[in-house]
Amino acid sequence: MDFELSDEQRLLKDSVDRLMADRYAFENRKAYAKESAGWSADLWSRYAELGLLGLPFAEEHGGFGGGAVEVMLVMEAMGRALALEPYLATVVLGGTAVRLAGNAAQQGAILPAIAEGAMKLAFAHSERQARYDLTDVATTAKRNGSGWLLDGAKSVVFHGDSADKLIVSARTSGAQDDANGITLFLVDGAAGGLARRGYTLRDETRGAELSLSNVSVADGDVLGEVGKGFPVVARVVEAGIAAMGAEAIGAMEAMHAMTLEYSRTREQFGKPIGQNQVVQHRLAEMLMSMEQGRSMAMLASISLDEPDEVERTRSMSMAKVGYGQAARFVSQQSIQLHGGIGMTEEYAVGHFFRRCMVIEHSFGDTAHHLARLAAQVE
Amino acid sequence: MDLRLTPEETAFREEVRGFIRDNLPADIRDRMRLGHRPRKQDTVDWLRILNKKGWAAPHWPVEHGGTGWTPVKRMIFTEENQAAPAPEPLSFNITMIGPVLIQFGTEEQKQRFLPRAKNLDDWWCQGFSEPGAGSDLASLKTSARREGDNYIVNGSKIWTSTAHNADWIFLLVRTNPNAAKRQEGISFLLLPVKQPGITIRPIISIDGAHHLNEVFFDDVKVPVSMRVYEENRGWDVAKYLLGNERTGIARLGKSRERIAAAKHMAREVKENGKPLIEDDDFRRRIAQFEVDMKALQITQFRVVSAYAKQRNGRPDPLSSVLKVKGTELLQGTSELAMDVGGPLSMPIWMDELATMANEPDELAEGLQESTGEYLMLRAASIYGGTNEIQKNIVSKAVLRL
Repeated sequence: MDFELSDEQRLLKDSVDRLMADRYAFENRKAYAKESAGWSADLWSRYAELGLLGLPFAEEHGGFGGGAVEVMLVMEAMGRALALEPYLATVVLGGTAVRLAGNAAQQGAILPAIAEGAMKLAFAHSERQARYDLTDVATTAKRNGSGWLLDGAKSVVFHGDSADKLIVSARTSGAQDDANGITLFLVDGAAGGLARRGYTLRDETRGAELSLSNVSVADGDVLGEVGKGFPVVARVVEAGIAAMGAEAIGAMEAMHAMTLEYSRTREQFGKPIGQNQVVQHRLAEMLMSMEQGRSMAMLASISLDEPDEVERTRSMSMAKVGYGQAARFVSQQSIQLHGGIGMTEEYAVGHFFRRCMVIEHSFGDTAHHLARLAAQVE
Repeated sequence: MDLRLTPEETAFREEVRGFIRDNLPADIRDRMRLGHRPRKQDTVDWLRILNKKGWAAPHWPVEHGGTGWTPVKRMIFTEENQAAPAPEPLSFNITMIGPVLIQFGTEEQKQRFLPRAKNLDDWWCQGFSEPGAGSDLASLKTSARREGDNYIVNGSKIWTSTAHNADWIFLLVRTNPNAAKRQEGISFLLLPVKQPGITIRPIISIDGAHHLNEVFFDDVKVPVSMRVYEENRGWDVAKYLLGNERTGIARLGKSRERIAAAKHMAREVKENGKPLIEDDDFRRRIAQFEVDMKALQITQFRVVSAYAKQRNGRPDPLSSVLKVKGTELLQGTSELAMDVGGPLSMPIWMDELATMANEPDELAEGLQESTGEYLMLRAASIYGGTNEIQKNIVSKAVLRL
């Protein structure tokens, strides 16, 4: 057991933290959100220059061979800054799918392009009726000569509007909720028959609804084995759980620091509100909750390469419940202790609050994962 | 960074488990599995077995009989011992007076008391709290007046756990009532419990049992050689004692044991015609505790390894997090184990049951003891600095408010 960062990891952390501190003040963020894509193209190139976009990829693919801890450090920094760019969608979700399931040609074409900032991905798996059930896939793919024809719809696809390529899951056999019979396809963002309706989520990141109508996909764009996409989907979701956990920790740190500072400076009845014991205890409880949440986010990242599947999925569910509950408590109390100003659009704390809300409802919410754990009690 | 145990640590855990399995006397193990608290002799016997193995006081310096284990190994040992469940090494001896004497004691005090403390030849108890001084410890009034080579002690202490079992007591007394600051007039004394002038009054707690006492001192003579550290510097000793070795403070092994007990009993108890363990709400409560225990386990690893690496023995204010979250879990898990009993959680009926049936009714016994544990563990968020005091510590020492 060991909690130290290596020298390289510390350097990475310092450089990402510095970049975000320099370039991602809350006022900057407001401007980035107004750009046409809804995030900063300039920052995206800076991420590429720093090597962040290829961080978890192998060196032969223009990456740094970084592991879960490296990604965790980046995501924490992004959480502290509330970064809007499609890092999670492209590098974590899309990148994981291509790394796990892609053949040599696909990896060679996609991963280096991501690393240099020339390609963005989105992971288009969830569907409206499925809620958090990962096996529920109604979108179909049917044989069409040597290729495939995709029909169906995908819902709340993170950064699905701006992705150059989408990783779309579709059913090639089996019933609608069979784990077997799901296949992953690489679909070009400009493919005929693909309609994308982009929108802003509550936290100002981007999402999209996709509809696929006779979208033609070549056989060479099947990602992984036909009918065996589900284990890949599950691993991609686990990578998402881990990355969002780190992001939630960054967001909680920022909210806690902001609230602590506010309680020192905001005066009511002739003294700073932080001199009231009820406020002090609340801040102490927030800190405790955050530290418990941090432990669980670390658990998620470090469990990503746990080979025992039962152990790994269990750790992921525990982590999602643990950091989700911590994020809910810390973010709600942050608004409460700020009072009225915390309710306003112009003030940062509410934006962190909304990011935490989005994180909690991604990849299975607290109730979903708690039920999963409850089913395993023996 | 790696949260998993190393192969060496895993092997160590197996070694500890194996040792406890092979050496914990069967009668002690059986009583404790049913939820009974260890008897005095159980605690003595088990600590002596550990002492023979060299494991009685793991965190003491090696020259005084410590093991030289890493903080992680010490934590593994504590958890395995609690989860077994085996009697916990008497904290007054092992985590309190021992380290205090090692840090502040004279050579003579060390030689006289340390080996006997480690072998439980002397049972120690703690004389800190007073009727008027609970969380506000520095307002204590028990006085020690100097007369030649002796102090004359007068006053009373309260909530003195196990005083009725004890041979010795370590005591905070006021030696200078006129000190500028209340903390500056306090000294730390050692004295035998069984002597003229000391009266022990039992306090029965809400679980119906006798753990607590009030202890009265009436002109009790204590040689000056039994003072630890300088006169009027006893507050430094007390602070060291309270901040020392917080590894076991979360008592996670105990929470784990309560969950295991709850699950075990829930297999036999029925709810709506099926075993309670199959009930969705019950399973969800268990799952939530398992999440919270996992989080606390990792937080504890983090605090313990940071403590070892960076703080040079100074207490980490984050240990207050362990205390608060650990006792919340302890109380929550004991509550769950009690709830398993349903109507059977209410009676105190072991004697009646024994006369009604010839067979021992282990389920009923376990359920009765679960209620007892629940009642007793309401104290967990009060002793050792209430959880409100712990939050004060966090807001002062960590948040700087």
